[in-house]
Amino acid sequence: MTDNFAIEIRDLTKDYDRVTVVDHLNFQVNENEVFGLLGPNGAGKTTTILMMLGLAEPTSGSVRVFGFDPTREPLKVKSIVGYLPEEVGFYTDMTARENLEFIADLNNIGREETRRRVDEVLDLVGLAEKKDTPTGKFSRGMRQRLGIADVLIKRPKLVILDEPTSGLDPQGINQLLDLIAGLPGLGTTVLLSSHQLYQVQRVCHSIGILSRGKMVIEGPIDKLGREAMAGGRYVIEVETARPAPELVEVVRKINGVLGVEAHDNTMNITSEADLRGDIAKAVVQSDVPLVQIKVHEFSLDDIYMKYFKES
Amino acid sequence: MLAIIRKELADHFNSVRFLVLFLLVLVASGLGLYAASQGIRDALQQSQAVTQNGFVFLSLFTSYLSDIPVVPLAIAIIIPLTGIVLGFDAINSERTSGTLSRLLTQPVYRDSVINGKFLAGLVTMSMMIGTAILLIAGYGLRMIGVPPTAEEIIRLFLYGFVTLIYGAFWLGLAMLFSVVFRRSAGSLLVPIVIFVIFFLFWVFLPFGQAIAEAASPVIPGTDVATQIDAAETQQTILRLSPSFLFQEAYGVILSPRVAGLGILKISDLDFILPNALSLGQSLLAIWPHLVGIICLSVICFAASYIVFMRQEVRAT
Repeated sequence: MTDNFAIEIRDLTKDYDRVTVVDHLNFQVNENEVFGLLGPNGAGKTTTILMMLGLAEPTSGSVRVFGFDPTREPLKVKSIVGYLPEEVGFYTDMTARENLEFIADLNNIGREETRRRVDEVLDLVGLAEKKDTPTGKFSRGMRQRLGIADVLIKRPKLVILDEPTSGLDPQGINQLLDLIAGLPGLGTTVLLSSHQLYQVQRVCHSIGILSRGKMVIEGPIDKLGREAMAGGRYVIEVETARPAPELVEVVRKINGVLGVEAHDNTMNITSEADLRGDIAKAVVQSDVPLVQIKVHEFSLDDIYMKYFKES
Repeated sequence: MLAIIRKELADHFNSVRFLVLFLLVLVASGLGLYAASQGIRDALQQSQAVTQNGFVFLSLFTSYLSDIPVVPLAIAIIIPLTGIVLGFDAINSERTSGTLSRLLTQPVYRDSVINGKFLAGLVTMSMMIGTAILLIAGYGLRMIGVPPTAEEIIRLFLYGFVTLIYGAFWLGLAMLFSVVFRRSAGSLLVPIVIFVIFFLFWVFLPFGQAIAEAASPVIPGTDVATQIDAAETQQTILRLSPSFLFQEAYGVILSPRVAGLGILKISDLDFILPNALSLGQSLLAIWPHLVGIICLSVICFAASYIVFMRQEVRAT
């Protein structure tokens, strides 16, 4: 990961008829990472994406995509960015291959190269056998996968995916997520807008949560969980074979432990650092059989729900 | 832009609407030939071709069948309809099928999308016009056995060109409405209504004439200058309709006996030479008409650009 920003958004504002949809938004997406843009419906996700692509004009503020301004230099941005809208449409009387060839043609990709890339991307999304089928006969999931192929054919530096997994079956979702997770390795940055928190958590390095046009929280996903839920502290769960009230006092005395809560067989220990080693040692020395010890991972659900309860 | 033209052309040629329109052109050409076979004698008389002053070959195109000039009339109806049918869903069909956002996130300018579609429509229309003219010319040649003179060939070419410009106006108009309206039903209906008003009511049925006469009556008994003024105002009112402009323009090209388009005093008639207008003079007479029709197309275009540039493209 480098320090260059793939997307840099400063004070971005968009009004529609005096209703502010995006409100002084600030965030950056690093190059070669998967960034998850979350938020409830109507939070301004799609509008923000449209402004990144130059399909909508900002009321004020600025967007830079690899240093280019999408409003002033739309073609430079569009030649390096691939966008998969939520409802992707294809020319229904053209085959999958013809649809992709048309897009390649628009991107000035040569004929030989086009043929190679079409086979390559169709293979990647598992549509190689359907390449001569008119897209009018495709199911929702197949269209979605073709949409991914369509985005990848120009080998973009940045891919913007708006709800890419909707309409896919579980197997398709897994394949797609693997595919997305592999993109940064190929030099492609991904911006993923989604409601599917589990999926976002699985592939994203960083997330940003939008609400009413403002960024509520933003940052690397693992750090966010701790900061958001436990004020930056670690929560360590210890499970023992039997309730051990005497152990609570021992653990409380370990350097760095901030608090201990015990229920039946488990203790939730709040600490400033990852003290699993010290705690395990204390438990073992106390002769109480240890069942398991782990750092509590906050799921994105926890973070998301916390912020939307607040707002 | 080439990519868009290629794709649009392929779309046109594979579409049912193209097939139907092409059949219509074939039928019209057949009817024109039939009209020529029946009425060319009268047409030759009228154009004074028999006295060496007119054009024999052009009479193929100006023959009447029960008082109707079949070829020009058929083309004056079919070509605007072709323009409308080729253009009415150019943009909004892409919008409803979700392909517009896909298209516009590729490195193409928005105006290339309009230009590409417009040019593809133009190529399609010119093929239709070319087919019609060549069919009539070819079979007509077999029928009458008189080869066209160089001037006649140029005039036929000009006729095709004027028709293409006229068709381009309707194509541009239909495309403008395809940008403005989200649904193709509206963008089909409005240009057709405009066509019906401008052509059917204004030119074909003489409502345009009636309105012009009511607005600027020529009062008998007043002095000549006032009468001419009034008549010229009438003509100007009539020319508000692009269909009327087109009719005047092709009239001068195909029937060179028409000695200009202005108002003539009856007393001047004696001074008119009985020969046909030369090519250069014909062109001069219709020059304002051509410019007028082209201007209308440009206005449609400019409006489409402005509306389209400001439109937001959402996927859903």
